[in-house]
Amino acid sequence: MQEFQFNPVTFPPEAEETRANVRAFLADELKNGGFKPRANCWVAGDTGFSERCGAAGFIGMTWPKEYGGHERSALERYVVIEEMLAAGAPVGAHWVVDRQSGPQLIAHSTPEICKQILPRVTEGKSYFAIGMSEPDSGSDLASVRTRATKVEGGWRITGTKVWTSYAHMADYIILLARSAPLEDDRHAGLTQFIIDMSKDGVSTSPIKNLHGGGDFNEVVFDAYFQPDGWTVGGEGNGWKMVTGELAYERSGPERFLSTYTLLREFVRTVGDNPDAASARAVGRMVSHLSALRHMSTSIAGMLEEGLSPNLEAAVVKDLGNKLEKEIPEIVRLLAPRETGFDSREDYEQALAISVLEAPSFALRGGTREILRGIIAKGLGLR
Amino acid sequence: MTSAAQDDQNELRDILLATAGKLFEDLSTHEVIQAAETGTWPTDLWNALEETGIPLALVPEDQGGAGLPFADAMAVLRLSGTHAVPVPLAETLLATSVLSDAGLPVPEGPLSIAPVNESDRLTLTKNGTQDGDGWSLSGTATRVPWSRQVGYMAVVAMAGTNKMVACVPTSGLATAPGSNLAAEPRDTVTFDAHSLPAEAVAPASPGSAGDRLYELGALVRSVQLAGALHRVLIVAVEYVNERKQFGRPLGKFQAIQQQLALLACEVAAAGAAVDSAVDAAHTQNARFHIAIAKARAGEAVGYVAETGHQVHGAIGFTQEYKLHHSTKRLWSWRDEFGAETTWQEQIGQSVAAGGADTLWPLLTSS
Repeated sequence: MQEFQFNPVTFPPEAEETRANVRAFLADELKNGGFKPRANCWVAGDTGFSERCGAAGFIGMTWPKEYGGHERSALERYVVIEEMLAAGAPVGAHWVVDRQSGPQLIAHSTPEICKQILPRVTEGKSYFAIGMSEPDSGSDLASVRTRATKVEGGWRITGTKVWTSYAHMADYIILLARSAPLEDDRHAGLTQFIIDMSKDGVSTSPIKNLHGGGDFNEVVFDAYFQPDGWTVGGEGNGWKMVTGELAYERSGPERFLSTYTLLREFVRTVGDNPDAASARAVGRMVSHLSALRHMSTSIAGMLEEGLSPNLEAAVVKDLGNKLEKEIPEIVRLLAPRETGFDSREDYEQALAISVLEAPSFALRGGTREILRGIIAKGLGLR
Repeated sequence: MTSAAQDDQNELRDILLATAGKLFEDLSTHEVIQAAETGTWPTDLWNALEETGIPLALVPEDQGGAGLPFADAMAVLRLSGTHAVPVPLAETLLATSVLSDAGLPVPEGPLSIAPVNESDRLTLTKNGTQDGDGWSLSGTATRVPWSRQVGYMAVVAMAGTNKMVACVPTSGLATAPGSNLAAEPRDTVTFDAHSLPAEAVAPASPGSAGDRLYELGALVRSVQLAGALHRVLIVAVEYVNERKQFGRPLGKFQAIQQQLALLACEVAAAGAAVDSAVDAAHTQNARFHIAIAKARAGEAVGYVAETGHQVHGAIGFTQEYKLHHSTKRLWSWRDEFGAETTWQEQIGQSVAAGGADTLWPLLTSS
């Protein structure tokens, strides 16, 4: 049985300085009407907000300065994103590139590509999406059928991606495609391509979510020409790249803070002298949040050390999704409201968004069932 | 601390845990735990433990103890929870802290503490007006752990409005035996103007272990819970990999895998909450983090014990199989020093008192 490691980390003094800076930035934003706090805010994109984040130095925190980054520690970056999420800030546009695509380019593409792409990213002016799922490939990602065929000087790519968040705003997509025929090892023959969305042969159309809004899209590649050299990790290493991103993708505070603003507004709603049931409910949710934050920051520390804590990340995501889905179910019984998406009261609006968007929490980034399979494997059960 | 000093410290802890682990493995056996349930004191186990100095881990070296880092002592205690070690190690660690913080001598042997319920009020009155005059201790302490099997208890009592600590020998006390679900002694002890010499009593200064007895009690139980939760996971994984039905190990069935994955998540979350509380035990936010640890670890017990039993089938419900040593302790310890609701309510009230916008700063304060 593999032991879970959640060694505690101590935030360095500079991380606490960063925290003060982010709080001041967010307070200013709120004062100036820069954004309206929203539950599940990391699916809400606002390019103006992203540009202001870039100007303030909050994007690409850990990246090399030659790419526009700030060469700070993973824990300082962690502080930035958790403060943004707790405030309900619209970080969606730059979220994917800041979290995983940027680090993937830096680790697994070329300095030329990084120099060309990343400076604008750190300014909050250029965005990414990740093209993984397909109409017939959801949890079974290795079955993707988007096909890259070798041609002179590059590849021709044909296929369809779905649920691609932010494709409509993205300048680039990291695309997982089959670049060699399917053989016994189904994880072989896959490549991650860096796709320039401004070129011909790729089109994006929105897929509306259940309340008519949302951030995801269908992206169709029709004989798209991809020049040689623009890959993450090189030809045939796609699966390794995908699994290498998982700890980044699954361990962050966005996996347990999606309904934090609802909890906060619930505390405001029940006031300074809550009944025992409400006080206990708050205490319980806080105890879960605190434990999750401890685990999540511990993973940030491990990532900084160059480890790949995929198993621990699965634990954080599964438990975190469970909590963020549970929060609306708990508070609605203690402070009941009939509410709609158009509700103007903060608590009611957070409740409406949380209830309506909760079904996505344990699907995006790996379903609950897949995560538990990974954990079971780590326990030695498969 | 420099990183070299930190490495040395980690190495010392590893050696300590290896020693304690071997000792528990060898001497806290199924038979020993079973015999303890019917009142047989595990002499060999306790003596071996004393030889390591672990019971005096928290007593400073200049007071005759081992003066170990608090986190190391808690790591050993967690391991004792994993091995369902049937001796009052948690209580002894607590009692020695209470006594040494108050500047009182620490007796040898296993110790206990009282009161363990916040509603139990014990009072001390002076027998005379001179400095050297002794004291009388009165009141009833319920559910006192192990009182039948220890020589002394560290008792926290009020002398008027002053909180005091007394070192009380157990001989001659009126004790009504009781037990918890794991058959660990939990006795009702009545102090009927029990006479104590002046030198056995001292003030519990603010912030001392005596002053914080209840929350530190919640902390040590949380640490034990984390250990016992981990044990259920280990035992369950081991069992489902061995036990075959329908021609394959139970662990190959997705239904079992999904349950054990969630069980593992609960164990991890409880462990993380407990780690935070141990780290914060001597900071300004100690009570908040201890409340979180007791609430989170206590909550994990429900699913972990239930699922642990479910995947075992009927064998887990027998005395001959080891699982119940852990689950019965889990079901007991989650209720001692405050069930989840007690601590959840305290967290909730303190959050509410601060207001919605102080919750996030509170969660992120170190």
